[in-house]
This record gives sequence, structure tokens and C-alpha cells, in this order.
Amino acid sequence: MTTPYAIELKDITKRFGSKVIANDHVQLTLKKGEILSILGENGSGKTTLMNMLSGIYFPDEGQIFVNGKEVLIRSPRDSFDLGIGMIHQHFKLIDILTAAENIILGLDGPSRLNMKEVKAKINELTGKYGFDLNPDQKIYDMSVSQKQTVEIVKVLYRGADVLILDEPTAVLTPQETTRLFKVLKNMRDAGKSIIIITHKLNEVLEISDRVSVLRKGKYVGSVETRDATVESLTEMMVGEKVSLDIERTKPQGVEIRVEVRGINVRSHEGVHILRDVSFVARSGEILGIAGISGNGQKELLEAIAGLQEIESGEILYDAPDGTVSKLSEMKPEEIYKLNIHLAFVPEDRLGMGLVGSMDLIDNMMIRSYKDGWRPYVDRRPPRKLAEEVVEKLEVQTPSISTPVSRLSGGNVQKILVGREIATSPTVLMVAYPVRGLDINSSYAIYNLLNEQKQKGAAVICVGEDLDVLMELCDKILVLAGGRVSGIVNARKSTKEEVGLLMTGGKGDK
Amino acid sequence: MNKKHAAGGSVFHLTKRSSISRKKAWAIRFAAILLSLLVCAVFIFMITKQNPLQVYAGIIDGAVGTNRRLWVTIRETMTLLIIAVGLTPAFRMRFWNIGAEGQILMGGMMTAFMMINFGNTIPSGLLLVLILIVSVAAGMIWGLFPAVFKAYFNTNETLFTLMLNYVAIQIIDFCIVYWENPKGSNSVGIINAGTRAGWMPQVFGSDYGLNVIIVILVTILMSLYMRYSKQGYELAVVGESQNTARYAGISVPRVMIRTMMISGGICGLAGAIIVSGASHTISTATAGGRGFTAIIVAWMSKFNPIAMLAVSVFLVFMQQGSIQIASQFGLNENASDIITGILLFFLIGCEFFINYRIERKKESGEG
Repeated sequence: MTTPYAIELKDITKRFGSKVIANDHVQLTLKKGEILSILGENGSGKTTLMNMLSGIYFPDEGQIFVNGKEVLIRSPRDSFDLGIGMIHQHFKLIDILTAAENIILGLDGPSRLNMKEVKAKINELTGKYGFDLNPDQKIYDMSVSQKQTVEIVKVLYRGADVLILDEPTAVLTPQETTRLFKVLKNMRDAGKSIIIITHKLNEVLEISDRVSVLRKGKYVGSVETRDATVESLTEMMVGEKVSLDIERTKPQGVEIRVEVRGINVRSHEGVHILRDVSFVARSGEILGIAGISGNGQKELLEAIAGLQEIESGEILYDAPDGTVSKLSEMKPEEIYKLNIHLAFVPEDRLGMGLVGSMDLIDNMMIRSYKDGWRPYVDRRPPRKLAEEVVEKLEVQTPSISTPVSRLSGGNVQKILVGREIATSPTVLMVAYPVRGLDINSSYAIYNLLNEQKQKGAAVICVGEDLDVLMELCDKILVLAGGRVSGIVNARKSTKEEVGLLMTGGKGDK
Repeated sequence: MNKKHAAGGSVFHLTKRSSISRKKAWAIRFAAILLSLLVCAVFIFMITKQNPLQVYAGIIDGAVGTNRRLWVTIRETMTLLIIAVGLTPAFRMRFWNIGAEGQILMGGMMTAFMMINFGNTIPSGLLLVLILIVSVAAGMIWGLFPAVFKAYFNTNETLFTLMLNYVAIQIIDFCIVYWENPKGSNSVGIINAGTRAGWMPQVFGSDYGLNVIIVILVTILMSLYMRYSKQGYELAVVGESQNTARYAGISVPRVMIRTMMISGGICGLAGAIIVSGASHTISTATAGGRGFTAIIVAWMSKFNPIAMLAVSVFLVFMQQGSIQIASQFGLNENASDIITGILLFFLIGCEFFINYRIERKKESGEG
């Protein structure tokens, strides 16, 4: 008899409502001591499938086997009992507690808590697999990668043999990613089985032993990583050959549009978020902004859009007709009227820019509802705009009267970006424009940005995927710890150089 | 087979519905109403040993049996409706105004103040107009406090509005000392019983006709305001996400304060309708918990004005009816509260089944 699989899924089906089939008879096997990547575009059902393993969802059909035995996972607790631990994309940690306190949170221990023992056990785990973690450090003092470490150790502490990581590298720098991968490999070598959900192909090739691909809720197949290439995996994911080239044209009609001069921004709590940031954005160019998330990217764009109060420094706008205005002294509405548009896609997508419970029409008029002197709103222009955006960007929606929260992430994003682009802005700022989009939609958005650039807009783009920024942008500004750690020419620089700048000036503790 | 997990023959679990057709949702609500009536019937039967059908006949008789009872039911329905309408903009803005009681009391207090002090000096028509204005203003001020503090200091509006209810009750207590009539009764008595000064005049041959007109008018205006006005759009955006509101160039503090003034103002108006248009007196029980019941009315109706009217009618109908059967069968007043409680339990409980579905999974595999 062969050794049983650590996990085997047979014909798992999960429906949401009567129409959406998130998983359609999915098969999956995880061997003991291997790293398996689950690859698929957004909406392909990766996370749903894993949520069934971690007890968050319950499958409608199909069987789950753990170590060869059929099991029923009805709650996260069942999942824990079976030795399955999931590390979610959004960390579930309590800021004011220490790492050790977070790790034991929710466990039934002896009635008298012995923190010394707990810490000893944590140190043993971290030493064994090569984590870098101080159990006494408070969560609010930690970087994103340290928080992730806490989440992983938390799962290991509970005795998990199977670890599921949902997009673990989305928030990490290239250097941190390398470190994470090293730890994961140590764990594998110690006999743990690991599943990584991701859509970054390079990482799949780097870390995993085997790859299973999902497409539109269906299981496409599995391949040994050594037999796979970026092209072959993409084809499996998308179902057809796609070209992954971004057409980067030469900047034309380059003029200075926005000048940021030594701005400083503090948060409400008094934390210095931006320090002496200066740069210029030019028309006909795409300026990329790179950096680990939470290093001031959001605040920088908000400052230009007038949504963030700046402590010192100034922001100037040189209009195409030569007039100069001081954005740093203007209100958001006035800045918007200058044709400076911001499309910010926050992590929850709907947090800013769109109103989830409202339909497409009402969302289209969010920036323009005040037009006219009448006390009531005119819904005809936004209706027309909504129809245009839906048609031009191929938004999948039952109708333009559907609340946007019912749409998938990609479609929501198209609506947001579409609305901001619709009026041909002179300055277009986008943050994470392709977050969570499938490959085809991502490239559609890149093309839209390029189109705006060719029309002479000054485009500022905050991005997550360095590979893409390197291909899309003309220049890349790197933020680290709220400072500009460098501005590089995207055509000549390397990913490593930018990666170094991302950690530069901050110093890893 | 894993024994631990396969103990039962089948597994029940809850799933959140992604969507539900309007028809199905109303079918569930209707079923809940029928169920609640059934449980009420069992309850009534248990304590009265009477034929439930007879008891229900008593309820109907109590609510609409005579012209007078019918008008009382209408009056109470209108009062509940206008409070729910007043709460609507605040709740749409996700501002948890549970201070309607206080806002009603302040409106009622100013109404009583005007009636007592100017009943003999200002002509009746003008007095009524003034009463409406000052009662709205009083409610506005009572709504303004929590809004200002929330807008500028991010205080918790739930606690703030709740506490202001008690402040309002204390103020009324204080006023009763001055307005006591007759002396030593510790109550205000019917104000201007002889002159009817400051009382709402008869319309449609009823004392309460004007109540109906005012409430229906306010309801229609509010519904138009919420749906078509720029301000209504703004407050919905603020309610959904303050970040988005700021992004859209909406001044969040301004919208918050304005909306709460509207909400408080309408509740203040409700106070005027109760004092000037119904009870003609003031006491700490003038609001009578309706500021809380209206929260349920507003939420259950999803702020739809027609649904709010329907829910108000149903609740008041049952309340008035059970007051009647309580006296008919020699029960005390709590019986009517219990019946209202049963109704609300089912009506609120059914929302759970509108949002969730119970699924049954058969054990797979042959074991």
C-alpha cells in the first residue's frame, strides 16, 4: 500500500446561490512533505476551495480525505483538529498583544498560564524552521512580514501538519519573499505539507514541487514544477495562449505637470508618514511608485488629490495652458475640477471611491452629483456614463442598476478606473489598479493607462507587482519609510535595484 | 469512516443567502406573521381558556370596532410612522440615533410650554404654527448635540443619544413641578381643556385628521428627499463609507450635523403631534417607548415608506386590540405587551431566515 495523501479532495463542489458555482467537481491531492501551488486567476475558486479545508465553508458535494480517512470539516475547529492550518491574506492579529499572546489566543491551555513555557515552545519552533521572531514584541511594532511570521508560527504552535498560505507574498518585498521561501522549504524538509495559493507565476516556479491549476471553478490539471514554464502555466490558467507584453511607447510631449516639493505628512496619531517627499510628474509619462505597502504610497496620492492634510511643503500643478495652481491649498473638489483624478483601489476595493450598496448609476455620479444648482440629482448623465463604461470595459453585470457589491472584484475595479478615465484627466493617479484582476483584465487596464499616457496625461501608478511596474512605467519612484529612497529609469534599472531601494533607509531590525 | 464526524445521519448548517427574490422574502415575512398570530392564539388560550377565534374577534373589535377606536388606531399608527420616518435619514447615514424618545419629549415639552404660556394671548392658528416650529427646533437641538460631538470628537452616538433620553425625562420631570395642574397631582393634566387653545383643530370630522395630513406629508417629503435630493445621496454615501465621502468632496461633519438635525426635528414634530394633536398633556411617558419601537419599524421596512406604514399599522392594530382583550378578559396591561413582544420576536426573527438558509447535507459515502 502506498502512503496516503496528506489531503485528498474528490469531486468537491460549492455553489453560492443558484447561479454561481465557485468549485465544480474539483480534484486535488497533497502529498506529505511537498509544497503544492494552487494557481488560478481571481475568481477561479482557489480561496473558496481552501476555505472548505479550513472549515469556513462547507462543500455542497464531494469528499475530503485527510491521511486517507474521509472527514467532515464543519468548523475551523474541526480543521485544526485535523492538523490543517490556514494563513489568510488579511492577518487576524490583535495589535496590542505580543506575538506570544497572539499565538496562544483561543487555545485551551492549563488554567494557570505559564508564559515562560509558551515562549520556550515558540522559540523552539522558530529555531527549528529558521524564523526570525521575538515572542515579546507587540504586533503594532511589527512589519508586515513579521506579522506574517506570527501567523505562521501560530498555526505551527497548534500542531498543524498541513499549512495553507493564501497569497503570502502579496505584501512582501523581494528580499522578504526569499526569506519566507527559505523557511517554507525548511518546513517541507521537516515533513510538513504546504499549499500556497498564488497567481504570481515566477514564484510558483521558484518554490513549489507541484502545481495544480484551477480555471473558472474547474480543476484543469496538475504538473510537476520542473516540467512547467511561465508560458505553459499561463496557458493552463487562462485556457488560451496570451501575450504578456505591455506595449510601452516612448514618452511624447513631456512637460512638467505636478511638482511635489518637500511635503511632510503625519497621521492622526502623529506618526510621520511622508518625509520631505519631492518629485515631479510629467505629461506623457507613467511614473510608477514602488514600495512595501504602507510606506506612504496612499498618503502621497491622497495629498496630491487634496484628501490628505500636509504638514509642510507644497504641491504645484502646471496646467497645459501654462497657469500654475497650488494644489496644497485647494479643496478636493477644486482639484478634481482641474482634471486631476485619483482612482484608488483599496484592499477591500470598496473602501474608497465606490459605494457598495449603490448601483452603477449612483456610483458614476459620486464625483459629479453636485453639478447644477438644483437640489435634486439628475441621474441621466451618470446613467449614460455607466452604460459607456460597461460597454467599453466589458463589465460583467446583470444591469446598471445592480449594486456594485454584487459584482466580482475585477468588474468593480473596471467601474472605478473606467469612471476616472472617462473624462480624460490631465493627471491620472491610480493605486493598485489591477489588484485581484485576472490576467486579461489586468492587461486591459495597463493598456488603458498607456492610452492615457499617449493622450498626454501625466499618469502616476502605485503598483504591487515589481515585474509589471518595470515593464509599464517610464520612471519609478521608490518610497521607503515615507522617504523617497530613489527615482530610477524603469527601462534601465533592475528588479533587484528597486528591491534594495524599497528596504533602503528603513533598515530591517 | 471517521466516527466522530459521521455520528449523525445528516448535518444541518447555515449558509448566507447571496440573494433572495422579493417574492420569497415577503412570503417568509408573511409566514412569520401567521406563525406569530398562531403563537399569540395559543398564549391567549392558555391564560383565558377562551376560543382563540373569539379572542381575535376581540382584537379586531378593540382596534377598529368603533369609530373612536378606529381613529385611535389611526392616530397611534401615524405617530409611530412619523417617528420611524424621522429615524430614517439618521439610520441611512449609519448614525444610530436611539434618542428619538428624548427628541420626542423635547418637542412635546416645547409644545406644552407654548400651549400653557401663550394659550390665551396668541390666536389659535398662529399658535399652532408656532408650536410646530418650536417643537421641530427643540428636536433639532436634541439631535444636534450628539451629531456635533460625533462629527468633531468622534464620540459614540449610541450612548450619547441614549443618555440624552434620560436628560429629557429629567427635564420633563422638572417642568411638571411648574406646570402641575391641579396642584399636588404631580401631573400636568389636560392643557387648555376649556379653550382648546393650541389643540390641533378637527379635520375630516375627527380630532386626529390633521395628524394624518401632517404625517403623510412628512413621509412623502422624506421619501422624495432620500431618493432624489443631493442631500439624500450625500448622507447615503456618508453612511456607507466616510472615506468615499471625503473622496467625493463631501464634508462629513456637515452632512452628519444636518442629517441629525432633520432626524431630530421630525422626532420633535412627532412630540408636537402627540401633545397638541392627541394627549393634550405632557408626562415622562409621553414618548411611551415609541422612539424605540420606531427603530424596529424603520429597520424591518428597510426604510421603505409603504412598508413602514404597513408595519406600523400591524403593530398598532395588535397593540390596540390587545388592550381591548386585556380588559375584556380581565388581564392586566402586561398581556398586551406580551402579545406585542411575541409579534416582534417573529417579525425580527424572520429576517434571519431571509438572510440565511438552512441546508441539510446527506452523509456521503456508504458507511
